[in-house]
Amino acid sequence: MKILVAVKRVLDYNVKARVKADKSGVDLSNVKMSMNPFDEIAVEEALRISEAGKADEVVAVSLGVSQAQETLRTAMAMGADRGILVESDAELQPLAVAKLLKHVIEKEQPDLVLLGKQAIDDDSNQTGQMLAALMDWPQATFASKVEVGEGKAQVTREIDGGLETIEVTLPAVITTDLRLNEPRYAKLPNIMKAKKKPLDVIPVADTGVDVTPRLEVLEVNEPQARSAGIKVSSVDELVDKLKNEAKVI
Amino acid sequence: MTHYKAPLRDMEFVLNDLLDFPSHYAAMPNGADATPETVTAILEEAGKFAENVLAPLNAVGDSEGCQWNDGKVTTPSGFKEAYAQYVDGGWPALSHDPAYGGQGLPHSLSTVMSELINTANWAWGMYPGLSHGAMNTLSEHGTEEQKQTYLTKLISGQWTGTMCLTEPHCGTDLGMLRTKAEPQADGTYRISGTKIFISAGDHDMAENIVHIVLARLPDAPAGTKGISLFIVPKFRVRADGSCGEANHVSCGSLEHKMGIHGNATCVLNFDGAEGFLIGPENRGLNCMFTFMNSARIGTALQGLAHAEWGFQHSLAYARERLQMRSLSGPKNPDGPADPIIVHADVRRMLMTQKVFAEGHRMLLYFTAKLLDITHHGSEEERKRAEGRLALLTPIAKAFMTETGFESANLGLQCFGGHGYIREWGMEQNVRDSRISTIYEGTTGIQALDLLGRKVLGSQGALLKDFLEEAGAEVQALAGNPAVAQWVPLVGKLAMELGEMTKQIGAKAMANPDEVGAASVDYLMYSGYVVQAYLWLKAAAVAAEKADADESGFYKAKLASANFYFSKILPRTRALKTTIEAGAEPLFALDESAFAYL
Repeated sequence: MKILVAVKRVLDYNVKARVKADKSGVDLSNVKMSMNPFDEIAVEEALRISEAGKADEVVAVSLGVSQAQETLRTAMAMGADRGILVESDAELQPLAVAKLLKHVIEKEQPDLVLLGKQAIDDDSNQTGQMLAALMDWPQATFASKVEVGEGKAQVTREIDGGLETIEVTLPAVITTDLRLNEPRYAKLPNIMKAKKKPLDVIPVADTGVDVTPRLEVLEVNEPQARSAGIKVSSVDELVDKLKNEAKVI
Repeated sequence: MTHYKAPLRDMEFVLNDLLDFPSHYAAMPNGADATPETVTAILEEAGKFAENVLAPLNAVGDSEGCQWNDGKVTTPSGFKEAYAQYVDGGWPALSHDPAYGGQGLPHSLSTVMSELINTANWAWGMYPGLSHGAMNTLSEHGTEEQKQTYLTKLISGQWTGTMCLTEPHCGTDLGMLRTKAEPQADGTYRISGTKIFISAGDHDMAENIVHIVLARLPDAPAGTKGISLFIVPKFRVRADGSCGEANHVSCGSLEHKMGIHGNATCVLNFDGAEGFLIGPENRGLNCMFTFMNSARIGTALQGLAHAEWGFQHSLAYARERLQMRSLSGPKNPDGPADPIIVHADVRRMLMTQKVFAEGHRMLLYFTAKLLDITHHGSEEERKRAEGRLALLTPIAKAFMTETGFESANLGLQCFGGHGYIREWGMEQNVRDSRISTIYEGTTGIQALDLLGRKVLGSQGALLKDFLEEAGAEVQALAGNPAVAQWVPLVGKLAMELGEMTKQIGAKAMANPDEVGAASVDYLMYSGYVVQAYLWLKAAAVAAEKADADESGFYKAKLASANFYFSKILPRTRALKTTIEAGAEPLFALDESAFAYL
């Protein structure tokens, strides 16, 4: 069995995001970038399935700028067997990513595709779902437990108010949630080996996929700073303020 | 409470911007694998381990300490598991010989990596740290069989190592040591004697411990010329490499110490233990001296570690703790008071820690790079690097640990009364750092080594060479408007150092005590000047990059340099005065008149 894991290069979760002066987006110059934490969980899960003898190859895929090769090396340092980068300097929105992943899947023919449920930069939470639809494969999103069996997988999903266990036939798309596992530390010998593992770079133009953005960003702003609260002297004043100032009742 | 964060940005600045490690590694025979991307990947991963596994154990190590029970030593909760994880990650092998299971990466990378490990938890870091000493001894002086038996297990981390030098009656003066080694018919030796202050001497983290022991053969000449080196394993090693019966070496007790409680500092009793000679007879101290520079630089690191740790924690506190209003008007008008970072004196304490942490990082990596060259450079490069290192090692060791301790103290002071309370961890940082100016050669010994042996011993040649080379680099920056204002000052201090050296040399002809009287002040003076040279270069690099960098990192570097030159470097004025006051005030008092009690 072959597993494909999609990994995204994002602003490191420890870095405080700053909006660019022209409000066109978040400033990514000279800031630390690393693998989307949800994708790290996806890589870990793929490796655990592989180490349990249920898969014989784990391929990491990333889509984006050339530096995303570092993110692929990180996945390979954790244990992925090889990497594929679909290289594009243009902004890639979830639909474009899903279409590009479809292109890679058609070439690689994996039995299972794992992705983080969302990326911590734009929090779209769309790529996995779109990919499943484009492939016409079953999908199991927000996985907190995955058990791969013969030709199928049992997945426990985190849903509102509890857990839901479903079974999907393979090939399928599974997106990973926070509680699925705790990603491993890369070992030094594996960091060294990762340098030598194969990494294919495919220019986005070669895929024939139209990656034109479908969404237009009008403006990006910092969240509004929380203003100080006030004390009200009576219930009447509170009701008045809720009615006339906050306009919530 | 905040936890330690790996200062990767500043580490990369020193490695890439300041000291150009990428070209350095590219030119090294074993450097091809140490590409900037790999170095970053290694440091990020080691940083995660340091932040998430080791840092949380720092306070545990201090409060629980190591326990001795009926000859068995137990390390604090979590230490053993963290070590297993460290070994599983393959970290002990980083810079060791691939023929024995190492990764073969440059030694300096191991130093840089260990900054992360040791800042997060100094007491824990000493266990693998001591193993490096044993590994270096074995790889340089061991026979092939000894390497196969011991080195492979140390490189994998399955076993750890120690260095057994000190005895109850001799620390600094090793010529007095008494531990005996009696040759046996089968070529082994029986080792008998007592060693004290043995760091990582016994513990429960690994299945065997390889002690490297200094002892005397029966017919050995007296003094330092009669000392030989032996391997004494805690458990005898069977032919298949597995651990057999216990050797006659036991931990008699643990020392009760001021700090580094997580590390087992042992009294080790050797009662006819089986030992194996390593290196030639009676040449033990010479063998050890091959690593003296690297061992001392490993201890210099402690100055950086405690400065960085104290800085990070006191900075977080100073940003949160609300007390008093800024004298120049409220900076946090909506709050009950301003965060204490607004106050000038708190800034003085934070900036002092910051420039020592950053300055020590520069000096540490600078010496680590020289150490690489002494192993791998051309004949001429090696000789030059050895000269530099001979001069800079005592400076790095004593200056970094003295000012590291000062920084740890300032970190505590930022917390006010809370700094004195255990749960904040600041008093632990002070206690842990206190040993660093003592072991591996006290500050006094380093100062004598610098002034007596290295500077005057070379008739000033080592110092002159360094001052000429560094001086040329400094003068080359005179036309750089960003740093030109400091160039004359640094040039003047370098010249002054040369002149003072001559004066001390002349005075010492008449009275040898003049050397000892000047030595520590002289070393500290040299330390401030060497760091001024590094700060100047750092500022020049930062100025070049500051405008294009929106993160503000390089502008902050320039502000730090400004603080160093304006508020720290002037300490040389007082040192010059005390150096020139000479030996007379120290010896004016008759020994019998020291106190009237």
